[in-house]
Amino acid sequence: MKRSIVSALGAACLLVLLGHVALAQTAAPDPTAAANSYVNAPFNWQMWFPVAGSPMQAQIDWLMQYVLWIMAGVVGFVAILLAYVLTRFRASRNPKPSQVTHNTLIEVVWIVVPVLLLAVIIIPSINLIYYEADDSNPYMTVTVTGHQWYWEYSYNSVPGLDYTSYMVPDDQLKPGELRRLSVDHPMVLPVGEKIKFVITSGDVLHGFYLPSLGVQKYAIPGTTLTSWTTITKPGTYFGQCNQICGLNHDAMPIEIKAVPLADYIAWTKTALATYTDNAAPPSSPMPRNQLADATR
Amino acid sequence: MSSTTHDHAHEGHAPHKQSFVSRWLMSTNHKDIGTLYIVAAFCGAMVGGVLSMIMRLQLMYPHNGIITSGNTWNAIITAHGLIMIFWFVMPALIGGLGNWFVPIMIGAPDMAFPRLNNMSFWFLVAGFVFVMLGLFLGSGTGAGWTLYPPLDNAQYSPGVATDFSLFSIHLVGISSLLGAINFIATILNMRAPGLTMHKMPLFCWSILVTAFLLVLAIPVLAGAVTMLIMDRNFGTSFFEPAGGGDPVLFQHLFWFFGHPEVYIMILPAFGIISHVVSTFSKKPIFGYLGMVYAMVIIGFVGFVVWAHHMFVSAISTDSKVYFEVATLVIAVPTGIKVFSWIATMWGGSIEFKTPMLWAVGFIFLFVIGGATGVVLANASLDQELHNDYFLIAHFHYVLSMGAAFAIFAGFYFWIGKMSGHQYPEFWGKVHFWTFFLGVNLTFFPMHFLGLAGMPRRYPDYADAFAGWNYVSSVGAIISGLSTLVFFYVLYSVFTSKEKLADNYWGEGATTLEWAVPSPAPHHTFEDVPVIR
Repeated sequence: MKRSIVSALGAACLLVLLGHVALAQTAAPDPTAAANSYVNAPFNWQMWFPVAGSPMQAQIDWLMQYVLWIMAGVVGFVAILLAYVLTRFRASRNPKPSQVTHNTLIEVVWIVVPVLLLAVIIIPSINLIYYEADDSNPYMTVTVTGHQWYWEYSYNSVPGLDYTSYMVPDDQLKPGELRRLSVDHPMVLPVGEKIKFVITSGDVLHGFYLPSLGVQKYAIPGTTLTSWTTITKPGTYFGQCNQICGLNHDAMPIEIKAVPLADYIAWTKTALATYTDNAAPPSSPMPRNQLADATR
Repeated sequence: MSSTTHDHAHEGHAPHKQSFVSRWLMSTNHKDIGTLYIVAAFCGAMVGGVLSMIMRLQLMYPHNGIITSGNTWNAIITAHGLIMIFWFVMPALIGGLGNWFVPIMIGAPDMAFPRLNNMSFWFLVAGFVFVMLGLFLGSGTGAGWTLYPPLDNAQYSPGVATDFSLFSIHLVGISSLLGAINFIATILNMRAPGLTMHKMPLFCWSILVTAFLLVLAIPVLAGAVTMLIMDRNFGTSFFEPAGGGDPVLFQHLFWFFGHPEVYIMILPAFGIISHVVSTFSKKPIFGYLGMVYAMVIIGFVGFVVWAHHMFVSAISTDSKVYFEVATLVIAVPTGIKVFSWIATMWGGSIEFKTPMLWAVGFIFLFVIGGATGVVLANASLDQELHNDYFLIAHFHYVLSMGAAFAIFAGFYFWIGKMSGHQYPEFWGKVHFWTFFLGVNLTFFPMHFLGLAGMPRRYPDYADAFAGWNYVSSVGAIISGLSTLVFFYVLYSVFTSKEKLADNYWGEGATTLEWAVPSPAPHHTFEDVPVIR
């Protein structure tokens, strides 16, 4: 009885709280709010890939399981063989060693069987290579530039929309933000559309790495590399710099807010207004936020 | 072997009184130089090991404060990589055990060029001094062991530390190159009468193939490093986009050296494992010719797969397909080696002495490292796995558990022949089991971290990666404690009074080093041995 009263009270409080949040949102609409419903972030004791956020990652996940099961079979076979040999032919059970050093049949078998296994791996693998490389007919293109130590996103289809994205320093984290993963200005992308990334660097090598979307390319000064993704579900996705780039290599994560197309279009309008001062010269040698060693 | 070898051997112990300086600083004897190499490799392993302990302690918890500067962290990971490769694995396997046993196994009185041999050792020492300067001077060399520009050019890595590290690569490269030339000349020209190439022990074959890889790969690295030094100091722009250069060129040159380098580290290990497995199974090696030509093929194909390190860098889609297929081809000769080792044990009479434990551990863990290697060879999967902890797990399974296990197998196998004293069997086994537990606990969880998306070379990481990092660090501490057991083993060996027979392993040990006394005398053969 008492318990039900408490829970009723709790539910009422929750409703009031939710109402406040809803009111706050209608007061200042956030076009990227849809992305907060689902967060695709790494979790403690994770043992497998992130939940696939794109068809590409889904295919990588499938091929990984396929190849890994084949290789697990090979490792298991060798382990069983070793265990058998080491028990059956130990000196106490087999005091007189045989002197056999050749068996043509078995030597052919252990060449042919691995070749067949490799062929079985290579065929789907090569198909996936070409799928990953096919960045044709994108809905939109984002130019990603790595800098020491932040990312710069330039939306080719929205003239003037070019802004920088810094990690939130450890001492400025707000509730709900993830340490070493959350950024001040995430990349905002529409769900369900093919997005092409053109990746380059303004200084040293960086790595544009989005594990939950199956995207990874070096950012190389003087060269552009391309990759692409189609995000299946609205939500927040994370990535990190994956090529050593100096003393804050671990402090330039990538955060993506994926929202429905209409919200994305609404966002580009507000973003153009909000980020104009943000498109400041990306060549500034030190990060705007104090990312230096003090935060560690 | 004629018995005269033994009769004269005792005179060989101290042919003429040599002063310490003359014996150890101006040595021309392959066994003394081999010993020097092993001592140097031991020092390299200690320094590289301490660096890895610092790294694992920092990574034990997220937001850990042991290392306060990203520059210090980068200097430590760079030095760890360079030292473990160039000043531990290579000197232990090639300069150390290779120098000691190749001439004995082929019945040669010494290496073909004894003074060149000495010079090659002292270049290694000079290189070690320079790489340590690169670690300690200024803010250190922080570009990772792969030394990719532009991070290590004059603009982003000012200061002399990087120049010292680059120059240390030159010195150790000259050392390896001279050593390799020496091995090729020795093995091709100085085999005992009757010891044809197809009768030569597998360890000699492995060193011969390795030497050819070194001669072909080191000059390419030297060229790349020279260009980097020119870019840093003399205003050239080989790798500077602003001057028409390309950083990707360095990646190609580096990995044209770097991929053969991984076989340079693992082929001598294959050689040692073949000897140990055959000896303790009391059987000749199964499929000897297959074993020889598997190594030759691995060495050859190893030169045409380098760009699989660059699958997410600037290479075309069709090249990815080629490099993936070429890389996977290497799994076939590697499989021949693994199955031939098992076939050697099959029908044998296996004794589980310490060297055999290390060899069996090597085979099993190398197969795991090889399996993840097949996974990583898929360019399509590498787009997800490149540079994350899955890769770190993979290459530590083939190096920290492959090459290092083979070095320990070789150490326990031959320490009696080198020192004249046997190791304590019980403590050798304790060392094996604790190290086996420690390294597996360290590196297996790294597969999970990599799948979850943790990038390498991070001194601080997202809180979600805390769990497996903690387990991994606990494993590293166990491996560190295991090394203390190894120190005790060393202490026991050098304080032992026990005298050893020539062939202390018995019927399974058939190569020439078991026909000479333990320790092997200063001049190995008073008469040229004849092989039937």
